[in-house]
Amino acid sequence: MAAPAIQAVAGRFGPYGGRYVPETLVAALDELDHAYAEAQADPDFHLRLDSLLRDYAGRPTPLYFASRLTEALGGAKIYLKREDLLHTGAHKINNCLGQALLAVRMGKKRIIAETGAGQHGVATATVCALFGLECVVYMGEEDMERQQLNVYRMRMLGAEVRGVSSGSRTLKDAINEAMRDWVTNVRTTHYLLGSVLGAHPYPTMVRDFHRVISREARAQILEKENRLPTAIIACVGGGSNAIGAFYEFIPDKDVRLIGVEAGGRGPALGDHAARFSGGSPGVLQGTYSYVLQDDAGQIALTHSVSAGLDYASIGPEHAALHDSGRAEYTSATDAEALDATLRLARTEGIIPALESAHAIAECIRVAPKMSPRDVVIVNVSGRGDKDMGILVRELQLGGR
Amino acid sequence: MPLHFQSRPSLVAYLTIGDPDLAASRAIALAAIDAGADVLELGVPFSDPVADGPVIQRASERALRNGVTLRDVLSLAADLRRERPAAGLVVFSYLNPILRFGLEEFCAAAEQAGVDGVLVTDMIVEEAHDYLDAMRRHHLAPIFLAAPTSPDARLERIAAVSQGFVYAISRVGITGAQQSLTSDAEQLVARLRRFTQLPIAVGFGISNADHFAAVGQFADAAVIGSALVAAIEQAGAKAAPDAVARFIQGLLTPVGRPAGEPDLRGPVPEPAAQSQ
Repeated sequence: MAAPAIQAVAGRFGPYGGRYVPETLVAALDELDHAYAEAQADPDFHLRLDSLLRDYAGRPTPLYFASRLTEALGGAKIYLKREDLLHTGAHKINNCLGQALLAVRMGKKRIIAETGAGQHGVATATVCALFGLECVVYMGEEDMERQQLNVYRMRMLGAEVRGVSSGSRTLKDAINEAMRDWVTNVRTTHYLLGSVLGAHPYPTMVRDFHRVISREARAQILEKENRLPTAIIACVGGGSNAIGAFYEFIPDKDVRLIGVEAGGRGPALGDHAARFSGGSPGVLQGTYSYVLQDDAGQIALTHSVSAGLDYASIGPEHAALHDSGRAEYTSATDAEALDATLRLARTEGIIPALESAHAIAECIRVAPKMSPRDVVIVNVSGRGDKDMGILVRELQLGGR
Repeated sequence: MPLHFQSRPSLVAYLTIGDPDLAASRAIALAAIDAGADVLELGVPFSDPVADGPVIQRASERALRNGVTLRDVLSLAADLRRERPAAGLVVFSYLNPILRFGLEEFCAAAEQAGVDGVLVTDMIVEEAHDYLDAMRRHHLAPIFLAAPTSPDARLERIAAVSQGFVYAISRVGITGAQQSLTSDAEQLVARLRRFTQLPIAVGFGISNADHFAAVGQFADAAVIGSALVAAIEQAGAKAAPDAVARFIQGLLTPVGRPAGEPDLRGPVPEPAAQSQ
């Protein structure tokens, strides 16, 4: 591919990442970068965060041997990293606790966030309640309809949920509105971005707050199996749970890192959110990465049954991992994700979020081709309670 | 290069190209120049305009529904350059349509079209190395935004790489009309003057003759964007050129600038009523 026509100062992953934002936001990004660097060097910050992760969020999360799924697939041994057991029901709380502590350090009393599936919105509303911060969450109207339970949870926690009616009324449009709010209220407001997206330092900072997933998983698998896994599988929307699950395994060259994007209804532009097979490098919402776009550089609409994966771009570090070949990226369709949800529910008694079900779907494809000596870890990034409305409809659970 | 600000205050007029349609944009642009706009910002519609308020968002959506692309904007620029050799022409865009076009290809095409300068909303000076090279090779003025939140060290960097003029954002926020100007703008212009001799244009939220005259007290030019786009939205394709001409005349006459002679037909819009 052609070399990018742009150059970088900080926050680059190969050619990807950087900072492409309106000038008004640069000072706030610098302030955040600085506050984050200071916090990282401060042992008290880490003590505080670790204690919250342990006592409030419920870390470490178990690495669970899924024996019935393993048996049913007849190949690799399958372990599930149970981020779904965390407080608020997904990995998102890891990042929200970290950024909330930073917001308090910076003296920002108002928090804004975007949310797709609502898991990041709920986690943000939760930490705002915990720290006594004002909270506004932007959410596409389509996502408000399909993830209604999470809208109610956010309101219950005291957050204001602002519906976004522009574009495809999903995650990308929610980020646009959150950025507009931030440009307007930047002096008093921290933007608690929920994925490894956006301008520097977000992709690096959010990844660091989720590294704990692979730090734990690596130690846990060594303890249980006395070996590293054959593969780690995670779903990729913006890519926060995936980068968290991959990161500590990146130096372990023999461990396959497999990211699963949303294949949606099929391969036509507008029907999916598979950025690597259907997209090309470009700039969206502050960062240079793979983007689903048309010939004129207009951002394409996307579709996925899973609101959390329904986004036109992908975290810039994933773009670099893709180009270098260190990680592999594939996709699962809506139908495969729904089947995988049912399969995990019936074999292990675990209802995964539809996002995480994309990772399960890939596991169902690859595990049978592996030998029983192989070990696969699937990151179950969230639980499926929020998706019951969709599952009732799609799997016809409403019959008498 | 016709990025000269002879009159005080000079007028920079922003138009979303393709709203309400491409032919109307041409007529509107000519009317704006003839009514006294010194520089036109030719806005490239983008699907995700994060720095823009609802008025320009709606204009972008209409233009995109018409299928208008960066290539169309450059064709229009070439046309305007032929028709009005003395007008300043600036392409105003988000970065992604330019990257997709190809940075080098875009700069070459813009130079060929007779464009004077380029302003990319989401391009900051730290990321602009290759961009500035390409702009220089093709004799295009890179115009950057300066914000009230930009500390002096950034203003100095912005001033150092800008050409043509510096665009000072009047206030923290997105584009769109407002009732009154804040003191942010005047302070920002004063801070910028320490670092540059370039003319300074103030934009964002300037929507009526009072704002225009007030900006003229401390800046070289004022940018009228959302208020013009709103006037176009209100007037519709057929009446928009006249509406824009009258609007501009309503800004220039009170400050004693000889406005052009617009063709006075149709209803007269009230400039102050465009505020959202």
